[in-house]
Amino acid sequence: MATVERDSARAAWLFLAPALVVIGVFFFVPVLAALALSVTDYDLYAIANPANAQFVGLANYAQLIRTPLFWTALRNTFYFAGVGAPLSLLVALAAALLVNAKLVRFKGFFRAAYFAPFVTTLVAVAIVWKYLYQPQYGLINAALAQLGIGPIDWLGDPRWAMPAIILLAVWRNFGYNMLIFIAGLQRIPAQLYEAAELDGAGAWARFRHITLPQLAPTFLFVGVITAIGFFQLFSEPYVMTGGGPLKSTLSMVLYMYEEGFRWWRLGSAAAIAFVLFAVILAATVLQLRVQRETR
Amino acid sequence: MRPRLARVLVHAALGLGAALSLLPLLWMVSASLMPTGEANTAPPRLLPSQVTFEHYAALFTRLSLGRYFLNSTIVAVSATLISLLCNSMAGYALAKLRFRGREPVYRLLLAGLVVPAQVAMLPLFLELRALGLVNTYVGAFVPAMATILGIFLIRQYALSIPDDLLDAARLDGAGEFRLYWSIVLPTIRPILATLALFTFLSTWNDFLWPLVVLSDDAKYTLPVALAGLVGEHVQDTELMMAGSVLTVLPVLLLFILLQRHYIEGIMAGSAKG
Repeated sequence: MATVERDSARAAWLFLAPALVVIGVFFFVPVLAALALSVTDYDLYAIANPANAQFVGLANYAQLIRTPLFWTALRNTFYFAGVGAPLSLLVALAAALLVNAKLVRFKGFFRAAYFAPFVTTLVAVAIVWKYLYQPQYGLINAALAQLGIGPIDWLGDPRWAMPAIILLAVWRNFGYNMLIFIAGLQRIPAQLYEAAELDGAGAWARFRHITLPQLAPTFLFVGVITAIGFFQLFSEPYVMTGGGPLKSTLSMVLYMYEEGFRWWRLGSAAAIAFVLFAVILAATVLQLRVQRETR
Repeated sequence: MRPRLARVLVHAALGLGAALSLLPLLWMVSASLMPTGEANTAPPRLLPSQVTFEHYAALFTRLSLGRYFLNSTIVAVSATLISLLCNSMAGYALAKLRFRGREPVYRLLLAGLVVPAQVAMLPLFLELRALGLVNTYVGAFVPAMATILGIFLIRQYALSIPDDLLDAARLDGAGEFRLYWSIVLPTIRPILATLALFTFLSTWNDFLWPLVVLSDDAKYTLPVALAGLVGEHVQDTELMMAGSVLTVLPVLLLFILLQRHYIEGIMAGSAKG
């Protein structure tokens, strides 16, 4: 029996080896290296010869705090995630409740229709929406004009550019959250509703006192996943606005990309990446806390 | 009367939602078939006055879209095949094989989940540069070759393989690799299909990493090429829509054909969440 166990252990490590090597070499090592990078002045000269990089302590972080553009990127990212993620959750929950309603026919069609935007290529649909938002010829302003609204210079006005990007992100993202909510709804035991109905609880009371509490774990899962995704905003502003107008859509990742891969200030870019990491970690921990306290 | 009214209202709301979800995609297809300039008229047209495929032809003849299509296919297919192998072996080992170190490995991977990919990106670029992999297909799919989420998805599913089945095969003298290949893989086939689909779609759609690692036009994947094209051809709405259709079409078709695997995979993945 002992040899079997030893064989099994050897086999296990052989099975794990390819994945662990790949993830170790191309993920864990770079993550640690990024931490090191963020305390150096690694730049174009260091790319030519790494010996040119010097240890600078926390100077990159200190420099960021003094850079107004960093605060702009941080604020924009919070705006996008703070409005976009809850909006995505609300739309997803509403869609899930409708699709999951007993009297609905063609459930499969509606589920697929709402989910379809999620599988599309973000860059391609961002380009499509860029034209939809076009102030003179775009479909969105044409539809709003029918209602007597507008015209709105969606991507050209610093006040409207971020809401425009949020709408696109919610459109593309809510179908995924809807699926998770549907899965959560289907796990709620039917007896709970039957018992409540016998007690004379109305539709709203059942939603408030059964559906919502029963969905709490789903909310946590969806909330964490969505927040993490939304904090990583990049492609939409890159394609649609280039971070403008007046930096109103410059996100953390876009800022990191420009620092790192346009200006080749890799030390500073790594510091931005770690601030992003800290923000995402804090958002995740916060949601776990809130969830625990409301229980 | 009341249930009937409710039924009508719910279906009206669902129909409106479906229209909003699909309209941008339908307009993209419609505009890609319009003669040049027709997508930029006020009031906007919903359908082409006459259908033309000239923009698709222009993309393939003048703008080497075929090349980008091939690049995207090579990168996404390679990532999918390699990651299926790596993730399934690792996921199976974590689920079914007993060895010292299993818990620490599991916890390390779990910890890795909270680190956003962008953190690794800058050093990864330098690392691949040192290895001579910048601006190569390999460089583009390296981060997708094995993924923590993929390993966990397999592990979750493999936990349900009965130990008796594996032990019986061992008693018959099957080696561990034989066991994996001829018993484990066939048993976990449904989750492999789901994982293949996830990986293919996410690699095909990925933008930031290929943008960073591919510098030569001839190596661009579709999203990178498309983002470049929109800078030069911003006025050519119909042409850009044709490019978007060609980029989105393969993933949308895959989704429509295999939606069962996809949707069930997502719903199952959340069950433990």
